Amino acid sequence: MPTPGTTASQATPRALKGPARRQFVLDSARLLCGVGLLGLGLAAYTKQAKARPPLAIRPPGAGAEGDFLGACIRCGMCVRDCPYSILDLARPESPVATGTPYFTARSGPCEMCEDIPCIKACPTGALDHALTDINQSRMGLAVLSDQETCLNFLGMRCDVCYRVCPVIDKAITLDLRPNTRTGRHTMFIPTVHSEHCTGCGKCENACVTDEASIRVLPAKLAKGALGEHYRLGWEEKTKAGGHSLVEDQGLVDLPDRLPEGVKLEGHFDPGSSPPLPSLPPGLGGEPTAQGDSALRKPGTEQGKRLSSKDAR
Amino acid sequence: MNNKRIGAEAVAAKGWLAAHRWLLARRASQLSLLALFLLGPLAGLWIVKGNLAYSLTLETLPLSDPYVVLQALVAGHVPARLGLIGALIVTVFYFLVGGRAYCAWVCPVNLVTDFAGWLRLRLGIKGSAHVSRSSRYAILAMTLLLAGLSGTIAWELVNPVSMLHRGLLFGLGAASAVVLAVFAFDLFVMSRGWCGHLCPVGAFYSVLGKWSPLRISASKRAACNDCMDCFEVCPEPQVIRPALKGAGKGIGPVILAANCTNCGRCIDVCSKDVFTFDLRYKNPPDNGAQITRHAATRGN
Ligand code: SF4
Ligand code: SF4
Ligand code: SF4
Ligand code: SF4
Repeated sequence: MPTPGTTASQATPRALKGPARRQFVLDSARLLCGVGLLGLGLAAYTKQAKARPPLAIRPPGAGAEGDFLGACIRCGMCVRDCPYSILDLARPESPVATGTPYFTARSGPCEMCEDIPCIKACPTGALDHALTDINQSRMGLAVLSDQETCLNFLGMRCDVCYRVCPVIDKAITLDLRPNTRTGRHTMFIPTVHSEHCTGCGKCENACVTDEASIRVLPAKLAKGALGEHYRLGWEEKTKAGGHSLVEDQGLVDLPDRLPEGVKLEGHFDPGSSPPLPSLPPGLGGEPTAQGDSALRKPGTEQGKRLSSKDAR
Repeated sequence: MNNKRIGAEAVAAKGWLAAHRWLLARRASQLSLLALFLLGPLAGLWIVKGNLAYSLTLETLPLSDPYVVLQALVAGHVPARLGLIGALIVTVFYFLVGGRAYCAWVCPVNLVTDFAGWLRLRLGIKGSAHVSRSSRYAILAMTLLLAGLSGTIAWELVNPVSMLHRGLLFGLGAASAVVLAVFAFDLFVMSRGWCGHLCPVGAFYSVLGKWSPLRISASKRAACNDCMDCFEVCPEPQVIRPALKGAGKGIGPVILAANCTNCGRCIDVCSKDVFTFDLRYKNPPDNGAQITRHAATRGN
């Protein structure tokens, strides 16, 4: 390690002899262990710091939490330039990574400034300068987190979250559902659409229940994932210009499991005769290059052997 | 306790003011920088916005801390233009005036650790844990390694330096406990413990200023009367000896060690005016050789 400013008291090991040399080695080992331990502790703390608490929302333009913690230098320029003073830098005791900017939607939501001064102020690009339309920001995602307390779910017409939403009728819509309790009314269910919700938190801020029934969470917490292999038939159909892919391509005939003795014409049944090898290769059964079809031809060598074994 | 106050001779020889010139200048620099930053949040006068990590002065001059920017780079994020320009300006500035001038003239923690050091002396607290002064370079390397491995600016989670400055401007919270811990550590556990042994920020600026032209020079070392006051007052006393006592060994009078903070305490405290600010190039090895050869070879 280059150590500018070292003095005669910290000479190179080569110049030392005997006990002095041993002392040097010991000291170096101690130093390495100490710093190593410090590093391990800090690494553990870093990992923990990446798990942001759900109610701390980052300003617009912030990337994924891990990226943000590598980019934000904690200067507070965004905090200073927010005209509504909703942003704050995390103090060491708060569960948000020390010094990083965040806001709490319930107490002060992002007002979605059209000129986005917080992003303009950021000297590092931790808040992405490419984001110029505040409606495209994704600070988090609103979730109607308690259907038991949401007044609209109880059959009333509160609608406050829907009305305060800056992306009204896109980010939150009111979906109609029959009220089965009264049997004669309609429920107006606030429904969040992730492709439009900016995560500003105005809905959570405005929710009239004592504890908010709708909350903005980091998208990573709020959003499910369907799995890539899922295809929604109705969407595929529209994409394909209105005709079903399934019908066009024909179905794959999967084996039917039927009760013994029952036959279903035209269906492939692996359980029906002639039987498949019941012994694994090496114990009498042999794999075939031609595949299973060869086994079922009664005339072939294998077919004979198999059926004779089976008869035994 | 010590009967003799450090610098008593200098005060007698030069008068109190002259014997505290650089100390006063340094405190003025530290406090006025802090005041400049505080004017915004306290009085709504936004001459400077931000904190030591990055600030914008008069809406035009960007300044960023090259150490934190380096960590961001190692973590895999290239800062936007203003952040980079700011880091460049600050890098060039400290390269010119001495890297650790940051420590002596700007860093708010210096006020805390200097106070701890002063109190330690006044209370006569002896005994100090032994940790190598090069630990800080190991810690510096560790912070950079961790930034690379974790992809985050990990050190900023715990850095007392930025915590204090940011805390003063944005709300201290538990940062006050961290700063208090640094103070108590320096006072009770290790003399000059934080700044002189552990702080990776100071270590970074040491490296940055390794080849700085502006240096302290013991240019009148021939006049040294071995009162040892400079060694007592210096936060990095190991840097003085080669320059002050090197006449007989062909070592020039300029303090070239990167850990010197360019604080000027040694200038203040010397009754013989041995030290001055000078350029590193004015470093004749034969300076004072004739007169002190005898003393130097025997004294060391
Ligand atoms: S968009 Fe406006 S209100 Fe929202 S965080 Fe940025 S500056 Fe503040
Ligand atoms: S302005 Fe950018 S770098 Fe500074 S605290 Fe805000 S997000 Fe972080
Ligand atoms: S060593 Fe660290 S804490 Fe001390 S003055 Fe320098 S930067 Fe500040
Ligand atoms: S040598 Fe002088 S200027 Fe350098 S750190 Fe020591 S007292 Fe300060």
